[in-house]
Amino acid sequence: MLFFDSIPKNALIAMISVIAILIIATLIQYLVAKKNPDKDHTELHLRTKSWWWIIGLLFLFLSIGTNAAIFFFGFISFLALKEFLSIVSTRQTDRNVIFWAYLCIPLQYYWVAIGWYGMFIIFIPVYMFLFIPMRMVLKGETDGFIKSAGVLHWSVMLTVFSISHIAYLLVLPENNALFGGIGLVLYLLFMTQFNDVNQYVWGKAFGKHKIIPKVSPNKTWEGFLGGMFTITLTAGFVAPLLTPLTITEGFIAGIIISVSGFIGDVVLSSVKRDLQIKDSGNLIPGHGGILDRMDSLIYTAPLFFHYIYYLHY
Amino acid sequence: MNRILKILFVGLIVKPVVLALLGLNVRHWQKLPKTGPAILAANHNSHLDTMVLLSLYPLFQVHKIRPVAAADYFLSNPVIAWFSLNVIGIIPLSRSGAVKKDLFDSCHEALDNGDILVVFPEGSRGEPEKASKLKKGIYYIIKDRPETKVIPVVAHGLGRALPRGEALFVPFNCDVVVGDELSSVSSSRELVTQIQSSYDKLLDQCLTYRKQT
Repeated sequence: MLFFDSIPKNALIAMISVIAILIIATLIQYLVAKKNPDKDHTELHLRTKSWWWIIGLLFLFLSIGTNAAIFFFGFISFLALKEFLSIVSTRQTDRNVIFWAYLCIPLQYYWVAIGWYGMFIIFIPVYMFLFIPMRMVLKGETDGFIKSAGVLHWSVMLTVFSISHIAYLLVLPENNALFGGIGLVLYLLFMTQFNDVNQYVWGKAFGKHKIIPKVSPNKTWEGFLGGMFTITLTAGFVAPLLTPLTITEGFIAGIIISVSGFIGDVVLSSVKRDLQIKDSGNLIPGHGGILDRMDSLIYTAPLFFHYIYYLHY
Repeated sequence: MNRILKILFVGLIVKPVVLALLGLNVRHWQKLPKTGPAILAANHNSHLDTMVLLSLYPLFQVHKIRPVAAADYFLSNPVIAWFSLNVIGIIPLSRSGAVKKDLFDSCHEALDNGDILVVFPEGSRGEPEKASKLKKGIYYIIKDRPETKVIPVVAHGLGRALPRGEALFVPFNCDVVVGDELSSVSSSRELVTQIQSSYDKLLDQCLTYRKQT
C-alpha cells in the first residue's frame, strides 16, 4: 500500500468514513427511488453521482501528495474565478486585466507550496489590490472604472484568496503525525458540507421562521440553529482526532464554521439574485456551478484557518 | 478532409481547450441533430464558435460536422487554407456577392452525403457580442432539400474570450443553447425571421448574457 503510506492514520480513517457515508447515502437513495418509481429522481441521482466525483478527485489528489493537492485547489480557484467573471458583466477593455487576475492564481498557490506565509497573506489583499487599478489605468478607459476595479478585486478575494486558505492548511508546521495537514483539510471540508446538509435537513423538517426572505426564501431560523447544534457537537468531538484543537475549542470551531458557512451561502445567493440567475454555471450536474458548491467554503476557510492559526501555530 | 487528423485535432486540442480553459454551460444538448442532413444555424462572434460546436460532438462523429466558411478569408493564406480544408474540413463559400448557379454545390453535396453543416447566417463575426443582420443563404441551401433539418444554436461569451482582431485568449465560461428545429418555410424572409426570433429566445437562457437596460 505504497500509495497510502504518506497519509496520516487518523486522516485515512476519516477518508474511509466519508466514503462509507457516501456508500450509505447512495444505497438509501437507490432504495427510495425503487420504492417510489413514479417520482422523478434524476436531480438527486445526479447530485449523488457528482458527490462521488468531487470526493473521488479530492481524495485522489490528497493521497498523491501535498503539491498535487495544492495544484488541485489552485485549479478549483481557476474554475471559480472563471465562473465568477463569466456571470458578472465585465468591460471588453478589462480583458488584459482579467488575464493578470488569472496569473495571480499560480503565484498565490506557489507561495502556499513554499510555505511563505507572509507573502501568502498579503499578496492578494495588498499587491493585487494595488496592481489591478494600475493595470486598468494603463488601458486608459475611465468609463465604469470604479465598478470594474471593485468587481475584479472582489472576485480574486473570493475565489483565490479565500480558497487558497484550504491549501495553506496542508503546509502548516506539523504538530501531530496522527492527522497532519490532511486532517485539517478534511475537518474543514467535512464540517462545512455537513453544515450545509444539516441546515437543509433541519429546515425541511422544522423550518418556519424565515431569516432573510428577500435573499433566500428557504433559509429558516430552525434550519440555521438546528444545523449549528449538530455541527457544534460533531465538530467538538471530532476535533481532537483530526486537529490540534481540544474538545472545547472544537465546539467553538463548529460554531464558527456553522455561522460563517451560512453567511457564505447567502452572500453568494445575493450575487446570483442580483444577476437574476439560479445557478452560477452547470459544471457539476445536480449542484450547479463550482461557486454553488464553494459558497460556504469561501467564508469558512479563512475564518477556520485564522482560528486554529491563532490558537496553535 | 483527413478524418484521422480531424479526430486528433478535436480530441487532443479542441476538447481539452474548450473544457478546461474555456468551460461551457450547455443547454438542451439533446436537441443537437445526431445525423444529417442538417444545418446548425449558429450566431457568430469568434473563431471559437466553430471549435465549440465541434467539441459538442463525439469523436467518431466529428468528421460529419462541416463548417461553411468564407473562401476569401480562409483560403487566402496557404497554411491556413491547408489546415481549414484538410483538418477542419470546411466547405469554402465565396462571399464576393456575384450570384453564381453553383455557389452552393459543395454544400448540397455534403448534405446529400448526410453531413451536418455549420452555417453562420450573420456572415461575419462582427463586433464582439453584438448581433449582425442575418443573411438568407440558408434558405437557398435547403430550398430543394425539404428533409434537411435546420437547428438554431446560440453561443454567448465567446466574444469575450477571443474577440475579432485580438490575439490574447482570456478564459471565460460560455453559454451554448440549442434551439428547436425550425418548421418548414416558404420564403427566405420567413426563414430569417424564424432564426432571429429563436436567437432572441435562446439568448435569454444564457447565464453570461445580461439584457442591456
